[in-house]
Amino acid sequence: MSAISAEPQAAPPATLVVEHVNKWFRTERASVHALANVNLTVRGGEFVCMVGPSGCGKSTLLDIIAGLTKPDEASVRADEQLVEGPGRHRLVMFQESALFPWHNVFGNVMFGLKRKPELTNKQRREIADYHLELVGLQKFKHSYVHELSGGMKQRVALARSLAPDPRVLLMDEPLSALDAITREQLYADIQDIWRRRPKTIILVTHNVREAVCLGDRVILMSPSPGRVREEFRIHLPRPRDINSPELASIAQRITAALKGYLYEAREAAA
Amino acid sequence: MKRALVVVIFFGALLLTWQVATMTGRWSPVLLPPPQYVAEYLRDALRDGSLLEAAAVTMKRLLIGYFIGIAIGVPLGLLTSTSDYLEDTVGALALGLQTLPSVCWVPLALLWFGQTEAAMLFVVVMGTVWSVVLATNTGARTIPPIYARAARTMGSEGFDKWTHVILPASLPFVISGMKQGWAFAWRSLMAAEIFVTILTGFGLGHLLQYGRELSAMDQVIGIMVVIVLIGLIADKILFTPWERFLHRRWGTGLK
Repeated sequence: MSAISAEPQAAPPATLVVEHVNKWFRTERASVHALANVNLTVRGGEFVCMVGPSGCGKSTLLDIIAGLTKPDEASVRADEQLVEGPGRHRLVMFQESALFPWHNVFGNVMFGLKRKPELTNKQRREIADYHLELVGLQKFKHSYVHELSGGMKQRVALARSLAPDPRVLLMDEPLSALDAITREQLYADIQDIWRRRPKTIILVTHNVREAVCLGDRVILMSPSPGRVREEFRIHLPRPRDINSPELASIAQRITAALKGYLYEAREAAA
Repeated sequence: MKRALVVVIFFGALLLTWQVATMTGRWSPVLLPPPQYVAEYLRDALRDGSLLEAAAVTMKRLLIGYFIGIAIGVPLGLLTSTSDYLEDTVGALALGLQTLPSVCWVPLALLWFGQTEAAMLFVVVMGTVWSVVLATNTGARTIPPIYARAARTMGSEGFDKWTHVILPASLPFVISGMKQGWAFAWRSLMAAEIFVTILTGFGLGHLLQYGRELSAMDQVIGIMVVIVLIGLIADKILFTPWERFLHRRWGTGLK
């Protein structure tokens, strides 16, 4: 296999406009206001990180943008197109890799490609090979999912999400199950891959430093009801190092703000 | 190599025990023929073709009925997994009929289809189908929801989702259901063949029954050996490849 020669063509990243998202989870005993009037605009090609404690509705918001969950009230538009269900232009990378055990690595990357009728089989194989090379797993093409480490699984999941050339990539805590060293390597790799394959990315995490390391913007959410509280623009040059002192001091500031909102929410609940 | 040797020694010892038991003279050779009589019967039956013919008749019934059972059972199981109403109704029916030994269908099958192949097929299908329905239903209901979610975002919806995500994800369950269905079908067919004479073909069960009627224990034991062998071979041919497939891909059962 030669080195990555021809970059497959890439669809332009989409602008996402999310307006007035409201979502309640109703059970027999209670109704939880999971998302309260959330608004969010993400420019094409922007990398946005949503940070918040568990229960702030950040994953639900991601599902709504993906079209996997129906909101009670909302308008989500990708490039002026109303989102009404899941679609290949908005792919999701999940916390657990969600790779299919009945396919090998290559088969997993091919899955989304096979569902694009405009491609020939040869093109599909080339695109899959390209993306495996991109995440550095060309050698593991024929491996089965259970043979991979956690970090490798998430790399395959990244290749699988990128291969069908989505215009938006939604990442739901993709690194939270990994060990610290593997995670640090992936911070560098994700930045590199994003530079080469620009996508509009929304990444959900509860790790503030991770958000500062990856995001152009970090958006803070707080729970009960889940809502957007504040946003921070991160002006650090890229590629960013998760261990740099500048990054740490920004993360500290954001963490302090987050704690303030949490305290406030607790007071309001009491 | 060492393992093959152990197998040879084990079965050799078994034959030897049998031989010694007949040589003590405690049992009449009519009731317990020595292994060599059984071997002679098998040789003669192979030569005159009666054994192969009976085996072919039985295998044909079994395989056709079994695959009809799977062809009905898998889609039906997937269907019952889509709705709690279907599980409460069709699923409950399947559970009930699975507990019914399928040889119990023989009287009904004879009245409906007469002493024909159709009656035998019906019994085999009834033996297969319910286990497959139940296992497929369980499999489809217990797959991680994240598979379906990931598939949906990648453009797999509807029929494609069923055939390319839900069915393969449930394979570990489906295969074990197929295995159970096979066991039930095989047993019920043998019982049916011993129980009734089918005019359109004489299977292994019939040969066994004739052996009893003629008090030819060499024939009875010979046919039993053949039935065991067919069961073993079917297991190897039908299920070993699937199980290896599952183990390799799911990473289960690795040593």
